Amino acid sequence: MDTSRSYLEPSSFSKKLAATIIIVYTVITLIPISWMVMTSFKNVNSAISYPPEVLFEPSLEGYVNLFTNRSRQSQEYLDSLPAPETWYEELVRSREMVITGPSKFLGRYSNSMIIGFGSTFASVFLGALAAYAFSRFRVPLKDDLLFFILSTRMFPPIAVAVPIFIMYRKLGLGDTHLGMIILYTVVNLSLAVWLLKGFMDEIPKEYEEAAMIDGYSRLQAFFKVVLPQAMTGIAATAIFCMIFSWNEYAFAVLLTQFNAQTAPPFIPTIIGEGGLDWPAIGAGTTLFLLPVMIFTIILRKHLLRGITFGAVRK
Amino acid sequence: MSKIKIVNLQKSFGDFTAVKNSNLTINDKEFFVLLGPSGCGKTTTLRMIAGLELPTSGEIYLGDEEVGMLRASERDIAFVFQLFALYPHMNVKNNLSFPLKMQGYSRSEIKTRVEEAAKLLRIDHILNSNISSLSGGDRQRVALGRALVRRPKAFLMDEPLGTLDAEFRELMCLELKKLHIDIGATTVYVTHDQLEAMSLADRIAVMDGGEILQADEPSVIYNKPATKFVASFIGSPGMNFISIDQGISNEQSTLNIEGTNFNIPKQYEISKGKKNSFGIRPENLSLTNEGGLKGSVFGVEYLGSRKIITVKTNFGEIKVKTDISKSVKINENVQVKPSNDNIIIFDGETDKSLKSEFMN
Repeated sequence: MDTSRSYLEPSSFSKKLAATIIIVYTVITLIPISWMVMTSFKNVNSAISYPPEVLFEPSLEGYVNLFTNRSRQSQEYLDSLPAPETWYEELVRSREMVITGPSKFLGRYSNSMIIGFGSTFASVFLGALAAYAFSRFRVPLKDDLLFFILSTRMFPPIAVAVPIFIMYRKLGLGDTHLGMIILYTVVNLSLAVWLLKGFMDEIPKEYEEAAMIDGYSRLQAFFKVVLPQAMTGIAATAIFCMIFSWNEYAFAVLLTQFNAQTAPPFIPTIIGEGGLDWPAIGAGTTLFLLPVMIFTIILRKHLLRGITFGAVRK
Repeated sequence: MSKIKIVNLQKSFGDFTAVKNSNLTINDKEFFVLLGPSGCGKTTTLRMIAGLELPTSGEIYLGDEEVGMLRASERDIAFVFQLFALYPHMNVKNNLSFPLKMQGYSRSEIKTRVEEAAKLLRIDHILNSNISSLSGGDRQRVALGRALVRRPKAFLMDEPLGTLDAEFRELMCLELKKLHIDIGATTVYVTHDQLEAMSLADRIAVMDGGEILQADEPSVIYNKPATKFVASFIGSPGMNFISIDQGISNEQSTLNIEGTNFNIPKQYEISKGKKNSFGIRPENLSLTNEGGLKGSVFGVEYLGSRKIITVKTNFGEIKVKTDISKSVKINENVQVKPSNDNIIIFDGETDKSLKSEFMN
């Protein structure tokens, strides 16, 4: 019998098994994503060819189409134009089209950024304050209030779409950035309060007491001592909130059209000649994936500590 | 530095009264220890002085100012926590300068003060270290340093040595005492460890059940305990008690127990009832062949320089501290007798010690 390892340590067989399961799962999860990325680099024809092409000649046509509006022109007209100045103009002309202007994508994308980060910040900030209060103060009916906050997540948010739609129209919040930030903050706040309360409970109250004795007010102590120590929890909460508000589709379709429309409802509507422009959609979704990916990578050190927090005290 | 006075201080949490009607005066530059078992209200008292709890009623004076209802940040006191509460996201230097930053000192002034405190506590070589990399003793020194830099009106310490291992604790005890002598700061120190209390304190207040039972110098607390609880809590082992079913009259100087007459210090107070106790410390007892309380040896503990012999008598177990040369066998019949007149009679109804020639 192998006695060179601790009794608590998994055997090499179970380690290998675990690794295999993780690898298989990762591959399965990555197939649609890699297909999406591949599509973004195909041209219109190879994107819809049957059987699907796994090996293809990469093209940036999808990205060019994503960012531009184009119109088809006659060969004579194209010949009469001066030579194309940039590589993307050349690419468009080779399809017998000219660029008529930038598309709406950048605007929609920055709407997503503003609303996504805005509501994430609001959820985490308000959530942290509420969680701190629940964790430290004798709040009357504390347990009932906490349950009430949690209960707002017991139904799918879209179940209240109609009342929210009417309310937003009356309040003039429809199709505004503020309206969407408020909406996503409301949905995320219960999660933020509950997650952060757990983290706040873990922070010994002596730290704030020490800060208060050192001459700081409670609020100053909260910002200078409690928040830095809740960083792990804040990072984990921020990622969850960000993923939700970034990916949210249903309310975005319902409540936004022009001014505050986010990327999710916009991307599937990118229409090329004769139907959906799959490479452009692929390009849009690939670019759409990046911010959350980068955000998560930046915070992943905290995230890992965050979801295992409490299991091991530092 | 200033003196601290608490007047009729009371603190209730719902139905539970943690501190009952307490009065104390802590003199300027005094090292004062609040001693008692856990749950006796000593930490609550300290936290009220600090401003971390507000009193239900009563007053707290810091110097001449009544501070009972002021916020902690407005009181100008320093607090050393049991778990140190050093800010883990700052290095040692930032921990030390944190209280100074709030008070708006200039950068150079902060630097001077931090270095001064660091030198005093011999932590100047670790100023740039992270808190998590420090040993328990160094963390303790940093916590003291953070209290020191502010030059507050008083230092409050809540079992600051509680988490250190025995070796460090002894060392830090010495350092604390030396530090107190060097800077002469009014210090209130909470502990449940009587040895710590005895070795550090100028005066000790023994608390139990939210009440201050006695506040005096360590030797007085030890030799002349005011109540039965103080007598049993202080000393290792605590005082022996022998229940006597007889009243004590004025001028009484002998006591008959089980047919044997024992000399006791001349009593100046009449007992309220007939159920009282005869208290004597283990080192004031000796084993004898006749003229004492009869019993048999139940156990022998060897302590290096002394021996503790437990004798089973009709009045319960009595502990006797003797020379190591004294050899007895388990179950051997022996008699126990006071070797001097350090004897205290405790009133059975009030648990207080009765006045006598010894307890004057």
